[in-house]
Amino acid sequence: MKATVLVRPKVGILDPQGEAVESSLRQLGFPVEEARIGRVIDLDLDAASPDAARREIEQMCERLLANPLIESYEIEVQA
Amino acid sequence: MTEVAPRIGVLVFPGSNDDRDAAWALSALGANPQLLWHGEEELPALDAVVLPGGFSYGDYLRCGAIARFSPAMRAVSAFAEEGGLVLGICNGFQILCEAGLLPGVLRPNASLEFVCADVPVVVERTDTPFTSRCTEGQSLTIPVKHGEGCYHAPADLDETHVLFRYAPGANPNGSERDIAGVVSEAGNVCGLMPHPEHAVDPLLGSADGGLVLASLVDAARERLYARA
Repeated sequence: MKATVLVRPKVGILDPQGEAVESSLRQLGFPVEEARIGRVIDLDLDAASPDAARREIEQMCERLLANPLIESYEIEVQA
Repeated sequence: MTEVAPRIGVLVFPGSNDDRDAAWALSALGANPQLLWHGEEELPALDAVVLPGGFSYGDYLRCGAIARFSPAMRAVSAFAEEGGLVLGICNGFQILCEAGLLPGVLRPNASLEFVCADVPVVVERTDTPFTSRCTEGQSLTIPVKHGEGCYHAPADLDETHVLFRYAPGANPNGSERDIAGVVSEAGNVCGLMPHPEHAVDPLLGSADGGLVLASLVDAARERLYARA
């Protein structure tokens, strides 16, 4: 089963990488108000169902893929 | 009378690069350092553990995020929970935060630049095993060298956790509240971004880091006597 995890810096967390990209985009003339940079993790895993996969991936996020202090995550499981 | 040398384990991860400097400094300050490979599931009898600087596991995912699951770290966590002395320097600090042994997390420097400089670091508390040789408010000159040293504190972090702070105007990385190093609630686990092991001799530009490591060696020696 395939799934994608999106990990983002939480609102209010300083994201200097995003700020640098935002300022570069502005210099290129794009009317960008804000850029935030996260991480995409594509997974291929064995799971009995999409729900089971989601539960498993939530564990992965809590334990390793995201740091809950500074990052939020979203899980997309491909049916 | 020569004093007995306490045994201080220095963990070596793939990508550690300050392990030998830490061992050298500890040895110069009277300890008996032992390099320990990260794959070890059990620690030998130790009086303290140092997690050295470097780029464990290539800093993949987040600094320290992978190293915290290494077999030796499980043993270090158990050691810390029993009250064992643990000092994390730079990458070691990042690992201790990821492992939940210290509050907070280290983020990319606000400047996005790798910073390598001697910085003034103020000692906030002297009643810990890591600062007993310092005086309160003492300013130590210790080098930093990191790309991800911007400390993000949990919102409810009590000031008693703050052990070292960059001097006003000398914050090299954007750390919240100028925090350079923290200590656990129980007081036996400490992490800091500056590198005391690189400042143990005037020839290196400063010997101030020696005060931090010598404090640890003193405390480790007390543990050794208590064990004997």
